[in-house]
Order: sequence, then C-alpha cells, then structure tokens
Amino acid sequence: MKKNNSALLSTPYILWMVAFTLIPLGVVVYYALTDPATGEFTWGNLRDLNQYWGVLGQSIGYSLVSALICLLLGYPVAYYIAHRSPTAQKMLYMLVMLPMCMSFLLRTLAWVGLLQDTGIINDFLAFIGVGRIQLIRTPGAVVLGMVYNYLPYMILPLYATIVKIDHRLVEAAEDLGCSGVQVFGRVILPLSVPGILSGITMVFVPAVSTFYISQKLGGTDTVLIGDVIERQFKQGNNPNLGAALSLVLMILVFICTGIMNRFGSDEEGGVIA
Amino acid sequence: MSKELIRLRDLTMEFDGERILDGINLYFNDHEFLTLLGPSGCGKTTTLRIIGGFLKPTSGTVTFDGKVINDVPPYKRQINTVFQRYALFPHLDVYDNIAFGLKVAKLSKDEIDRRVNEMLEIVSLKGYENRRIDNLSGGQQQRVAIARALVNRPKVLLLDEPLAALDLRLRKDMQNELKRIQQAMGITFIYVTHDQEEALSMSDTVVVMDKGRIQQIGRPEDIYNEPKNAFVADFIGESNILDGVMLADYKVRFFGRTFECVDSGFAPNEPVDVVIRPEDIDIVPPSEGHLVGTVTSVTFKGLNYDIIVEFKGFKWLIQTTDFHAAGSTIGIRLNPEDIHIMHKSDYSGMFGDYSSYSAEYDELTEDAGDEEE
Repeated sequence: MKKNNSALLSTPYILWMVAFTLIPLGVVVYYALTDPATGEFTWGNLRDLNQYWGVLGQSIGYSLVSALICLLLGYPVAYYIAHRSPTAQKMLYMLVMLPMCMSFLLRTLAWVGLLQDTGIINDFLAFIGVGRIQLIRTPGAVVLGMVYNYLPYMILPLYATIVKIDHRLVEAAEDLGCSGVQVFGRVILPLSVPGILSGITMVFVPAVSTFYISQKLGGTDTVLIGDVIERQFKQGNNPNLGAALSLVLMILVFICTGIMNRFGSDEEGGVIA
Repeated sequence: MSKELIRLRDLTMEFDGERILDGINLYFNDHEFLTLLGPSGCGKTTTLRIIGGFLKPTSGTVTFDGKVINDVPPYKRQINTVFQRYALFPHLDVYDNIAFGLKVAKLSKDEIDRRVNEMLEIVSLKGYENRRIDNLSGGQQQRVAIARALVNRPKVLLLDEPLAALDLRLRKDMQNELKRIQQAMGITFIYVTHDQEEALSMSDTVVVMDKGRIQQIGRPEDIYNEPKNAFVADFIGESNILDGVMLADYKVRFFGRTFECVDSGFAPNEPVDVVIRPEDIDIVPPSEGHLVGTVTSVTFKGLNYDIIVEFKGFKWLIQTTDFHAAGSTIGIRLNPEDIHIMHKSDYSGMFGDYSSYSAEYDELTEDAGDEEE
C-alpha cells in the first residue's frame, strides 16, 4: 500500500522527466546518428568530430584549471566558515550564496565592463601611468570568469563536509603527537576528500559546457566546446553535428562524475550521491 | 608507594565567569590507577582535559615529573588519552588507527609493525587489522582506542568515561581487562567516571569530586567505609543519613537512643551526620530490636530486596535477602562498626532520606544516562 502511494506521488516528476529529458535525449541521439540532408542513419557526424578534439581538450583543460583554482581559493574559506559560531556560519553561508542570486549573464557582463580595453581597470591603469593592457579576450579572462561564477559550488560542498568533521578527532590527533600542520595533513584533509570531489565535479561539469563565458570574456583562441555546439545550431545550421558534439560532451561528463563517485564512495558521506 | 609523577596545584578553571574547578590540589603516583569520580558537571572531565593539555587552567599549575607543563601542547606531552566515545579515525582501518602515533613519530616500518602487532595481541584484536572502524562493535572500538593510546608507551593514560557506551556485561569484562592491562604495562591510569561501582572495583585511589572541589581522596575501602560527608556517603552506594549528637568518644545519640560506635575525636555534644549503610542493618524480631519500624514498600532487586522502613516518621532503606511484606513490623539492630559518624557539612540534610525513594531512584538513573562534555 505504502509503495503504491509513493509511486503515485512521484508520477508527475516521472512524466516530466520522460517528456522533457528522456525524449529530448533520444532526439539528440537520433540527430547525432542521422544525415542532415537525407535523414538516413550515418556515422558521418561522429566522424566529423575529429576536427573538434582540440577544442574539447581545451574545454577540459580550462575547466580543470578553474576547478583547481576554485579548490585552492575555496578550501580556506570553507574551513574558516566551518569553524565559526553557528550564527556566523549562517551569515557567511548566505554571503557565499549571494552572487548566485544575481543573473549569471549579468555577472559575466559585469566582468566585460571591468576588463575591456576601455573598462574601469584599464582606465585606472592608464590614469596612474601604467598604460592599458590586454585583459579581455585572454585565456586568463575565461578562467577568471569560470572561477568567479562557479566558486560557490566549490565552497558549499566543502563547507558541508568540513563542518561535519568531529572536533574530537583533531584532539585525538594532537594527543597522538600531531602538530597543527600534521593534524591537517593526516586527519582533516583526508576526511575532506568527499567534499573536494563533490566541489570539483560541481565546478567542472557546468564549466566544461559553458559557452557564454568564453564568448564574452574569451578571444578567437579560447573557443570552447560549448561555443562550437551553439554555433552548429544557430549559425552553422547543422543540428546533426551539434547533436553529435552534445552526445560526446554528455558521455564525457558521465565518465567524469562516474570517476569522482568511484573515488568518493570509498570515503564516508559524500555530498553528491 | 612509588614516586610522584603529576601534581595539580591550586587549579581553578572558569568558563564565562562560571567556576568549573575551585582549587584542586592533587598528586598522582607512578603506576597508580586513580579514578576521578563524581556526577555530571563536577569538574572531573575538565581536570582530565587540563592534564591532557586540551584546556589551560585559569590559575594554578600542572607539574609533570617536576616540571610545570601548563604551556606544553598536547602533542608534546608523554600522556595519551582514550576519549569518550573513542574518537577513532573513520578514514583509517584498525591497523592504521593503532599505528597513527608511531607513524607521526616517524618510527621505522619494522618497529611500527612489531609494536602494533604486540598491541593487537594485548587487546585481543588479532586478525582485525584491516577492518574498517565502522564495522567494529562498541567493545572492539573500545579496544582499538586503548591500543591506539597505549602503543605510544605513554607514562600516563587518561581515560574519559571509556566504558560509558558499552552494555553492562561488556562493561564488567572491560573493567577486568583494563585493570589487567594497567598492571601488565605498569603505567599510570587516570580514569574518569560517574559510575561508583566501576571506580571502587578498579582503582588504587578514588578522588570523589563535586561542584569543582575534591570531596574526598582515599582507597576504595576507605571511601566506602569512612565517607567524609553526606555527599560522598550518598554518591558512593546507598546510605541512610541521620542527624545525631556525638555525646563523647564512641558514644552517639540519635532517634532518642544512645548507640556505641567506633568513631572518636569529635567535640563533646557536637552535632554530626550519622551514616548507616542499608546492607549493614540486621533485621530481628521487634522485641529484640534497637529500633522498631513498619515496612512501607518492598522492591525485588535480584540479589536482595530493597525495603523501605519507617521509624518515627523517618524512612530508611534496608537491603535484605529475606522477604518482609509491606505493613509488617520489624526490629533492627546496629553494631558499633556499622555506624559511621561524619562532621556536619554543606551537604548535611541534602541526602540520605528515603521518604521519596522512587523519585531519588529516577534521578540516579537519569544521571547515569547523561554524559559530561
């Protein structure tokens, strides 16, 4: 009886998933494997992907670098928040979330305003006599955009993991001869691994498929896989190739999250299931 | 006995203006099994944490082997701790938990292996090396915690209510086990508990604490037989505590009757607290009794019956192996050695009256459930 009820309750969501996720997914697979002109089955679209492996590699590279920078910036912040009083924790948590309340597009556009050749930063540099320098349309600007936009996704799972680490374990480590640095290396860091893996996944997945950040902040040499896909649908008018690219990207993301979860499942209490 | 190892001098501790420890003076001998015993909030865990180096006293000094160690951090002390609820490392297996301190000390692999295996033998956990901590029972986790501390060969082992989370049967086994390990390794154990039976059965010395002060220090027998005040008498076992007057040496008067006793050295006619243990009371036919009273309730306890007997409006607890029905009239006799005399203290009148017996029992059970942080 109970089982029936719960099945009934989840029906709306299941219908939603089928209509707007599973069926479109099938459509993507269909487009990826059919010829744009004749509509017949073909491996041609996937063969055409050969020219994009470089772009795909570049996307993965940028996303991994961003995730790593997010980790280095985010870990101390998460650690700091987790060791404040409960009230302070709530406040700081809200502050971390705050940028997410603003539109993603707006946040990225704001960086354009800051970094462009006639932007605020360059105006200032010119004013103090340093002279204008190339900030926008550089790889650094793309990484900056990714780090800026996705940093909260790193901090939140890290915080959730660190705050759960029992303080008595720290005392136990001290009792057994660990100095402060050793306590961190031998107890706190290993116990943070689930949060680190969650954080990297949550930064990597949206970063690897973004196109807006690279379009607004990047140049011609920082084209990412997301840009290519968008172009196939909007300018190239080749949805079949776009679908093939999406399919590959999706499989890549699946593999990445799979690897992460594999690592994570060895540890206690991962944040992402 | 053997030489002094640790000394606490005028130790006080305050948290947010609240005084947790109030002038603790205490020394610990080498090879001694000493227990800090008291109810929740008495300061026993705070004292232990100061010795371990996890807290700094507000004032007073901690001396170890003749040197003041107030400012020495925990990792530089030759002291290890078995924590309440163990605090084992969940990311390491049994072997690596035990080897933790040795690896930090950068001992050779062979040496680590030898000592961990020796410890596994001592705590009977051979074959569990690669088990994960969460796949162990409470008793096994307890043993890992002890092994993890002892493998470092500390001079002193601190144990913070280490058996509180175990069931009764296992607790008894572990008590014997701990005593055996302490004697085998020949080191000092400082043990914190609120369980008086545990304290009495394991310790060389018991320190009874309440309200941040030491109430009594002594061997278990002395603490039990010669409690210093009503608090100790009540906390260590059950006690009937009555108002009395010490007429002269070896003569005490209570309940309108003069009894012979074995205590002396009180001022003439000094008001005193008289302690009579419920198991020391002999029940006799009413005609032969020093006192005659009416049984008001009977509770079967397994080993004995707890009966409440009313004498002239004052209710006593008597433990007896013979059944006496509620409502029956009985007589009691008191031998001189069963009567313990204490000076009046702040605790006089607060304990030892069984008028509300069941209520007091509930309170005791609740206390035992709490854990002190």
